[in-house]
Order: sequence, then C-alpha cells, then structure tokens
Amino acid sequence: MKGLLAPLFCGTLFGFGLAMSGMTDVTKVIGFLDLFGNWDPSLAFVMGGGLLVTVPVFQLGIGRMKAPLFDSEFHLPGRSDLDGKLICGAALFGIGWGMVGLCPGPAIASLAYLNVEVVYFLIAMFSGMFLADFIEHMFKPDIVATETTD
Amino acid sequence: MELHPFLAALIGGLCIGIAASLMMLTIGRVTGITGISFNTVSAPIQNTWSVMFVVGLVGGAALYHFVSGSPVPGLDLPLPLLIAGGITVGFGTKLGRGCTSGHGICGLAFFSNRSIVATSIFMLSAAITVFVTHHLGLS
Repeated sequence: MKGLLAPLFCGTLFGFGLAMSGMTDVTKVIGFLDLFGNWDPSLAFVMGGGLLVTVPVFQLGIGRMKAPLFDSEFHLPGRSDLDGKLICGAALFGIGWGMVGLCPGPAIASLAYLNVEVVYFLIAMFSGMFLADFIEHMFKPDIVATETTD
Repeated sequence: MELHPFLAALIGGLCIGIAASLMMLTIGRVTGITGISFNTVSAPIQNTWSVMFVVGLVGGAALYHFVSGSPVPGLDLPLPLLIAGGITVGFGTKLGRGCTSGHGICGLAFFSNRSIVATSIFMLSAAITVFVTHHLGLS
C-alpha cells in the first residue's frame, strides 16, 4: 500500500511543481529555449531548484541506504556507455521539444487542462514511443523486457 | 499575490526535486517520465507504481491551478505541428532512454555521463530548433 501511496504523492508534488514553475506553458518554454533570440531565463530555475535537492540526496543519501523504504532494492539504470541510440534519441527529443514546447512530464500533466490539443500531442507521443520500441525489438529480438529505467 | 516568475520557477523546481528524491528514497525508482508514462500505457498491471505517479501528475497540475487561481495555459498550435512534435518527442525520448526528468533532474544528480551527454544534446537541439523556426522564418 505504501508502495502505491508514495508514487501517488510524489506524482502530485511533481505535477504541482511543473504547473507552478511554468513548464506546462508552451509559450514560456519556447521563450526559455530561445537561447539565440529573446531568451527568457526563468525556467533555468526549475532544473536548478530540482538539482538543488536531488544532487545531495542522490550523492549523500542513497549510498548509505541498503534498500529504499518500501522496496527490497534500488532500481538504477547502471549503464555508462555512450551509444548512438542515446545521442540520436536525445537530439530528436530536443527537436520535438523545440517544435511544440512540451516534454513528456508537462504534456501528461497538461491533461488536467482538459484541452483536446494536448490529447492529440499525447497520442502522437505514445505512437512515437511504441514505434521506437518496435524498431529496437526488430533489430534486437533477444531483448526480453524494455529498459524503461528513465 | 503574484510571485516573480524566477521565484515561482525555483519553488516549482524544488517541489520537482523533492518529489524525485522521495521516489528514490521510498520505492527506489528513478523519476523518468518517459519510462513511467510508457509503463503506464504498455504494461499498467505490472507497473502500478507508474500508474499512481501519472494519476498524481495530472492531479497535481490541477491542484496548483485550483489553489493559486492562476489561469490555465492554452496550447494554440496547428494540428500537424502537434502531431509531428509529439511523434518526435516520443520516438526520441524512448530511443534516448529519457527526457528532462530522467536525464535532467535524476541522471545529472547521479553525475551519470550518459545523462550529461543526453541533456546537453537535447537542450542544444531544442534551442537550434526554436532558432530555426522562430528566427529564420520557417514557422
């Protein structure tokens, strides 16, 4: 039960933070991404504020714990190799983010705004995810489960 | 009372950081919305924690606008752009194993070289895309 209430609470706090910070406002996001034009730096404080908490917790807290509070082990990605998929994927993600101004978190949180455009975007986004998943499995049929760690 | 945009962004960012930290401390999971949202639509039964997070994510955004009374932002963009952008975001985040949350907020905090590279690349390619569409007259 605690293992379900914790992510519900964390999701709520995360969504609250996204809406408060302006990350669900595409005009603001495009202004932030407009580095080479009329740059609005305010959203830099979102990642800054986030890292202000996660860096000390992940660097100092996690290593001292054998296991998380409500699970038997930490589920960490543990990869360190740089591959073409990571680089191409990140580059494509940036292009899509720059086109519309929505990344996955704010896109899903924006469902709260009961706006049909968000639904169109999400249908397209999930289609893109399934397409990438399908293509990866086609070239590597031995992958049993997808690595959905991040 | 209207907060300065910098302060609202900072407090919002702190909320996001606390949420991501609590996810790791309680259930030992990286808060990567790419994986969480894909889990939710592809295998919800096996990933109830992901479903709960997504429900909270939508509820949390609604809660903010309810308590603050601040107007809900619109998304007034042409359909082809929404579709093309959505497919690109979905394909890219799945292939690149993460987005602004998984690589940006969590991966960077682990000093993961994959996340440092991914975050630098998507920030740069997003900035180039906005430059091309907004300043070279291609929008």
